[in-house]
Amino acid sequence: MEETVIQARALTKEFVRDEFHIVALQDVDIDIHKGEFVALMGPSGSGKSTLLHLIAAMDYATGGEIRVLGEDLRALSDREIARWRNRNVGFIFQQFNLIPVLTALENVELPLKLTNLNERERFAHATTALKLVGLGDRLGHFPRQLSGGQEQRVAIARAIVTDPALILADEPTGNLDAASAQEVLSILSRLNKEYGKTIVMVTHDAHAARSATKIRHLEKGALLPEGQLPAD
Amino acid sequence: MAIPLSYNLRNLVVRKTTTIMTALGIALTVAVLLSILALVDGLRTAFTASGNPLHVLVMRKGSDSELTSNFTRTGYQDLKFKAGIARNKAGEPMASLEIVTVINLPSISNPDGSNVTLRGLSPIGIEMREGIRISTGRWFETGKREVVVGRSIAARFPASALGRKLRFGRGEWEVVGIMDAGKSANNSEIFADLNQVSSDFQRTEVLSAALVRAADAVTAAALVNDINSDQRLNMGARSEVEYYDSQTSSALPVQFLGMFISAIMAIGSSFAAMNTMYAAVARRAREIGTLRVLGFSRGSILFSFFVESVVLALFGGVLGCLLVLPLSGVTTGMSNFVTFSEIAFDFSIGLPIMATGVAFAVILGALGGFFPARMASKKEILVALREV
Ligand SMILES: Nc1ncnc2c1ncn2[C@@H]1O[C@H](COP(=O)(O)OP(=O)(O)OP(=O)(O)O)[C@@H](O)[C@H]1O
Ligand SMILES: [Mg+2]
Repeated sequence: MEETVIQARALTKEFVRDEFHIVALQDVDIDIHKGEFVALMGPSGSGKSTLLHLIAAMDYATGGEIRVLGEDLRALSDREIARWRNRNVGFIFQQFNLIPVLTALENVELPLKLTNLNERERFAHATTALKLVGLGDRLGHFPRQLSGGQEQRVAIARAIVTDPALILADEPTGNLDAASAQEVLSILSRLNKEYGKTIVMVTHDAHAARSATKIRHLEKGALLPEGQLPAD
Repeated sequence: MAIPLSYNLRNLVVRKTTTIMTALGIALTVAVLLSILALVDGLRTAFTASGNPLHVLVMRKGSDSELTSNFTRTGYQDLKFKAGIARNKAGEPMASLEIVTVINLPSISNPDGSNVTLRGLSPIGIEMREGIRISTGRWFETGKREVVVGRSIAARFPASALGRKLRFGRGEWEVVGIMDAGKSANNSEIFADLNQVSSDFQRTEVLSAALVRAADAVTAAALVNDINSDQRLNMGARSEVEYYDSQTSSALPVQFLGMFISAIMAIGSSFAAMNTMYAAVARRAREIGTLRVLGFSRGSILFSFFVESVVLALFGGVLGCLLVLPLSGVTTGMSNFVTFSEIAFDFSIGLPIMATGVAFAVILGALGGFFPARMASKKEILVALREV
């Protein structure tokens, strides 16, 4: 029996703004197992990011249930969620979101500040992560001294440095040229295959989705059954 | 562990213009406060150094200063044989009858003239002031129109240079010496012969006060009580230390004004710090969201921005100390509102005063930083990430 990393049942997210109700996710049932690399696809506004945010407990569902790594996220306090996310989830953004005033090494070390590791261990872990993404020679560079592709690789190193079981990526190649995108995808593939990381990646790009082991489609907030494509 | 301090320091460096302007505002506030504290402290030092714990100043009952006190020669004769008064080697009682008045001298800063205290006293009065020595020239001779001027007077009033003549009373008085009274207020006085002054000012019978020395500290207290309760004498006695201490209150109006100005400036610079920090929070919204996603709690976001504001203010506080440091040791004069004459003192900016300044700055930074930091910590992750 495969270990379930993410389990959602009738997961619903409704945004209420003034008199408008926007249903971003409607009754989503999904099981993602350990070691899977799932690409989430679908048209703009279909709820891909929203689903990712709910998995990372960056937002709350308005209906249904979600368990991630066996944890019922609704039962946790703000502080507990912060700790949980630090240990278990690595998040990769489309816009990289590196801290501009910190070097590549310092950016990657940042999540480790919340652990019990000492300075030397933090340095060791961070350099290992940066080497893994091929940036062992850029430790002292600031984000503005790096190309977009390199920035995103630093961001990946930052996402994996605490050795989380789950990696979430929201259009990680969206801002990259083809070559850089390919580098990022092969790193994610490697993390999945060699290190057994469970990955959920939102993407628009069919080519990018091919790196994944499974593709799921969303349409107007609903998750289509496995193998089914949106109507258009 | 928290978000590293280098994150805050580097952000302060990145926005250096705002940082410097905000810090400068805080620095000026601190500088104003410190100048006032240094002034009061310097004044207190001058007055405290003036009092000898064994000395008792006797004035007419109800008088608050030597200048407004009347003291007769007969009263002095009754007083000087009181029990408990020390005697010098010659066996005379150590009690000095003195006349204190004010004369006008043109100074460097005030060509129209400032009031200066003139003290007429006899040799016993000089003998009792062991802390005073002649630095140039000599003491005045009795029965002559000669004066000795305090060191601060000599420095501030060119007309009182050695060998020059001062016009007051009924003639010209030659400056024959300059005295160094240490840190004491006597540095701001002119000494002359008691009888010569009293006759020039037509006050041969009615003088100002008497300074007496008690044999020891216990006797000094007893002597004060004894004189105060003696109905026949009708005199008020107090320890010289206490007398000078109360004169520090002459700085009260300036102190009040200074405190008022620095309070207003404090409000201003605290708001400036707040403004700067609100701008920083707005500009770094995405970073705040990212830090939260990485696992930093709301509390550590709050702490980080709070610390940034405090560090900014700390920088301002140190800058403020540096701004006033050149004032340290500067001698200046200020009107003594009790005796209406000039009193010279040194601004003293010591470590305790600087520590006060830095602490004050930190409070400003904390006040200015709290609300922006709280706003940063209250942001929802997704809202923060979406801001540009
Ligand atoms: N904070 C919000 N308030 C109101 N509506 C929102 C909010 N966030 C998302 N939505 C709405 O929810 C729906 C799903 O949004 P979501 O961002 O998940 O789409 P997406 O699939 O990621 O789209 P894209 O490919 O453009 O990133 C959209 O209609 C969007 O407008
Ligand atoms: Mg999206």
